[in-house]
Amino acid sequence: MNVTVDAFRLISRAQGEYARCIDDGRMEDWPGFFEEDCHYRITTAANHSEGLEAGVIWADNRRMLSDRVSALLEANIYEAHTYRHILGQPAILEESDEGARSETGFLVVRVMRDGSSDIFATGRYLDRYRFDGDRASLAERVVVCDSSTIDTLLALPL
Amino acid sequence: MTSTLPENSAKREQDRPEWPDELTRVPYWVFQRQDVYREEQENLFRGPYWSYLCLEAEVPQPGDYRTTFVGDTPVIVSRDEDGELYGFENRCAHRGALLALDDRGSNAKDFTCVYHAWSYNLQGDLTGVAFKDGIKGQGGMPKYFCLEDHGPRKLRLAVLHGLVFGSFDEDVPDIEEYLGDEILSRIDRVLGGRTPVVLGRFTQLLPNNWKLYMENVKDSYHASILHLFFTTFGINRLGQRGGIIVSESGAHHVSYSAIDREAELDAGYSDQNIRSDSEYKLADPSLLDGFSEVGDDTTLQILSVFPGFVLQQIQNSVAVRQILPRGVESTRLNWTYLGFEEDTPEQRTVRLKQANLIGPAGYISMEDGCVGGFVQRGIAGAADEQAVLEMGGESAASSESRVTEASVRGFWKAYREGMHLRQENDK
Repeated sequence: MNVTVDAFRLISRAQGEYARCIDDGRMEDWPGFFEEDCHYRITTAANHSEGLEAGVIWADNRRMLSDRVSALLEANIYEAHTYRHILGQPAILEESDEGARSETGFLVVRVMRDGSSDIFATGRYLDRYRFDGDRASLAERVVVCDSSTIDTLLALPL
Repeated sequence: MTSTLPENSAKREQDRPEWPDELTRVPYWVFQRQDVYREEQENLFRGPYWSYLCLEAEVPQPGDYRTTFVGDTPVIVSRDEDGELYGFENRCAHRGALLALDDRGSNAKDFTCVYHAWSYNLQGDLTGVAFKDGIKGQGGMPKYFCLEDHGPRKLRLAVLHGLVFGSFDEDVPDIEEYLGDEILSRIDRVLGGRTPVVLGRFTQLLPNNWKLYMENVKDSYHASILHLFFTTFGINRLGQRGGIIVSESGAHHVSYSAIDREAELDAGYSDQNIRSDSEYKLADPSLLDGFSEVGDDTTLQILSVFPGFVLQQIQNSVAVRQILPRGVESTRLNWTYLGFEEDTPEQRTVRLKQANLIGPAGYISMEDGCVGGFVQRGIAGAADEQAVLEMGGESAASSESRVTEASVRGFWKAYREGMHLRQENDK
């Protein structure tokens, strides 16, 4: 394998922008980090280790992610809140010029309207990125939460 | 002046206003009081009622076990070498420590408490006490100590279409009698003749009293109002026929809707949409492309079993929900998403896709996670006030209308009887 792409740099940059997009509340930009035929799923470590397929969110294309966003903006009812994503360094598990698989630890703090901040989720992103020139986009992101318990509800994606 | 300190129970009765006579009023103190919480544990969860424990499919082999709860009491469900299921408290008879620490296990030969190594067989009988006879003639348990006299409390179990229910009260009616024919047939409709497989498990921690979630489950009035997903995206069919079934005791219910083939032909139904002028459409409407679940026209069936179980079929999303009180203002909601061994790969994909409708992030159920908290916060300082449940009349009877709070009233009818707050025959 002749790897000339700096996968670590591409992925780090993409993930920094991904976290900033959600934390800044620019939900409409979020699907843009994914490929059209992507897979996105939020699950738990217990489900993941058992090989159970279902997700809290489960999408097999980018249009489903767009629907998530429009539902959140237009239909779903929840109290206003924001996230702060703290991401670890991506571990590159496999790489080629076309793409890479990586795993990245995350911590998400949820900041509520009443001023409270709580650790809402910790876990890891299991990702498959595709590279196109100087851009890395997600072909697959499986969000594996460490805890099986979600406080109240999950509206904004992780 | 003479004064005596009242007994605790007398004091409770003194500062707890009487439960109203009519089914249309629910005092808010029932969601707020620690003494009510304790009495619910005793009267309902350890009383003559059936609590959902797990799926039979989750303990298929001898030596398999799962730990769960009845109310806030930890319990173990295990399968013994004889092939039978047994249920007992997850509590060592010695000093009360948990016997099993994991959510599940397999190939268990026994349960041994880590604290002092008292051991129990898969039926929950105490079989061994470490250093029972002491060492070198010193120490040990008294001669009269009898293993058979000690053990965790055992549950009576009932398995219904793969659902395992348990009760601490031997006098609980048989599950079939407890549920009644109508509820039974509706459980049979979803689970009968099929083999459920677990697709995933998720837990929501709700910031409210458990009864607010049960009310919400039984409240068909809120569905098209709180959950704007369907109406916003122009996919709600208000012309659907359906109804509410309330069991005679009021305890259990079914809310269902079905495709109305005549209404489907009548384009006019879409004019009924609350937000029919919405320009929003799903970019991927395949989310709702499903299949006839069991060969009938019923597209939604929400079924509840008192005190804390829900079986759901929403389109092709099938799940069971276990509602566990965790305190006066905290509830654990356990979701188990189901598929069936008989599913084709395409059907499996539909189930995974439609699971977006339910659970902690569900398009139509995420709101149920927060609305109970809105009530819990809203009723602070209003213990003497009462909720009003007059939609659809005053009774807890079945009806073809879902614009009714009949099944919510049914819950309170069963609740106040079970809690000895008011007997139904004193009305």
